[in-house]
Amino acid sequence: MEKLKHNERELKIIKDEVAEMWRLVLSQLQKCKQAYLTGDAELAREIISREKRINSFELKIDSDCENYIALFAPVAVDLRLVLSLMKISGALERIGDFAEGIALHVVEGGSQQLAANLKEDLKIETMFDIVISMLSDSFVALESENTKLSGRILQKDDEVDSLYREGKDVLAEYIKKYPEQGRNALETFLILRRLERIGDHCSNTVEEIVFYIDAKILKHSKKKQGAAENALDEP
Amino acid sequence: MLTNIIEAQNIDFYYGDFQALKGISLSIEKNTVTAFIGPSGCGKSTFLRLLNRMNDLIPGTKLSGKCLVNGEDIYDKSVDIDELRKKVGMVFQKPNPFPKSIFENVAYGLRVNGVRDKVAIRERVEESLKDAALWEEVKDKLNRSAYDLSGGQQQRLCIARALAIRPSILLMDEPASALDPISTSKIEELIHSLKRNYTILIVTHNMQQAARVSDHTGFFMLGELVEFGNTKKMFTNPQNKQTQNYITGRFG
Repeated sequence: MEKLKHNERELKIIKDEVAEMWRLVLSQLQKCKQAYLTGDAELAREIISREKRINSFELKIDSDCENYIALFAPVAVDLRLVLSLMKISGALERIGDFAEGIALHVVEGGSQQLAANLKEDLKIETMFDIVISMLSDSFVALESENTKLSGRILQKDDEVDSLYREGKDVLAEYIKKYPEQGRNALETFLILRRLERIGDHCSNTVEEIVFYIDAKILKHSKKKQGAAENALDEP
Repeated sequence: MLTNIIEAQNIDFYYGDFQALKGISLSIEKNTVTAFIGPSGCGKSTFLRLLNRMNDLIPGTKLSGKCLVNGEDIYDKSVDIDELRKKVGMVFQKPNPFPKSIFENVAYGLRVNGVRDKVAIRERVEESLKDAALWEEVKDKLNRSAYDLSGGQQQRLCIARALAIRPSILLMDEPASALDPISTSKIEELIHSLKRNYTILIVTHNMQQAARVSDHTGFFMLGELVEFGNTKKMFTNPQNKQTQNYITGRFG
């Protein structure tokens, strides 16, 4: 293997830190799904206690990026990478926060107080599965420096969004039927909301990876998907 | 309307058998700053020196292709080199003031061009020193030797000397490489302010300097112009792999 130069080594250290943070957040999210679906308060507490590590990752990555920019004055692909790593670590930190929020709900026993079939009607497990796959697919995209799948990952966010919208209707009906469960239903609505936000942050990480690799900006663009699919066609 | 003050068309240039430039074509707009970067020996200084025919002084050189300044082929037989150099001024890497007073350094170009009117000379010297952001520092010691000035001041004096004959183009070959960061930032500041009235071409080994001062950047390698374009684009998303490797320090 070709020997890396000093500045490349420094950048690789940051990239590796982000990868480690990513794995941690992914495992938090997987545990979160399990804890929520089974009402496992013990597991939920573990998630809450590990949240601090995610926060310190973010601080460390921010400061390493700041130093790298100050000392190496990166340009072109290096600049895009360091900027995108900073934003990705911010997005991962937010995902970690949402996972913690869901875990707190589990610890408070919220996930056990609903009618059994409601979780299924709301397709919460599916939402978990989708955001987990978004987060792991975008991780693979960064590790393999391949943006071919970015369009497909971004598409999944639309699925999360529509599940979120459908879930709102389901909950509205539920509240009408069981007004005494109103508070619980609202708590559950916040779970859906967090999952929807996690989906958004997963999209952000994909957009950052496309910015780094293809120098294309997908953010706030209506033709996101098309743009991502065509990302490799242009020079 | 002619907005391209410089037009290079397919220029080949040889030092003896060695081909220093290969098929260089580019256009430079008026009142812009263009930076040329590239490894040593890539041809960037050779290209710069072509523009006021400095390379004519080197024996055994050969040029083909066309080089237009203000629409005029500067290698045409009818061109008067002295007239060309009045239009295309040059500042070198090491400050090279003449062993004369500060005033006489700036007045020199006017005197050799036959200006006799003392008032006019005085006015032009003051104006040039002001344009070169040196006036405030030297106005009380214009008769002192130029060698009493610091390196950074000497370089600005050389810029004032070039400006005194009112060129339209200013060529700068590593104008800040021998200067400390404070003097360097003064020169860069100066480049920014001179852009209003001059078209500036600068060769630099300092990538960040190229990024800071220029509107357009050209990357030369092995005599070829590998990439030429908007500086912002070049330093965020260069189109050529070689450019990227060079500016990110992945070369050699």
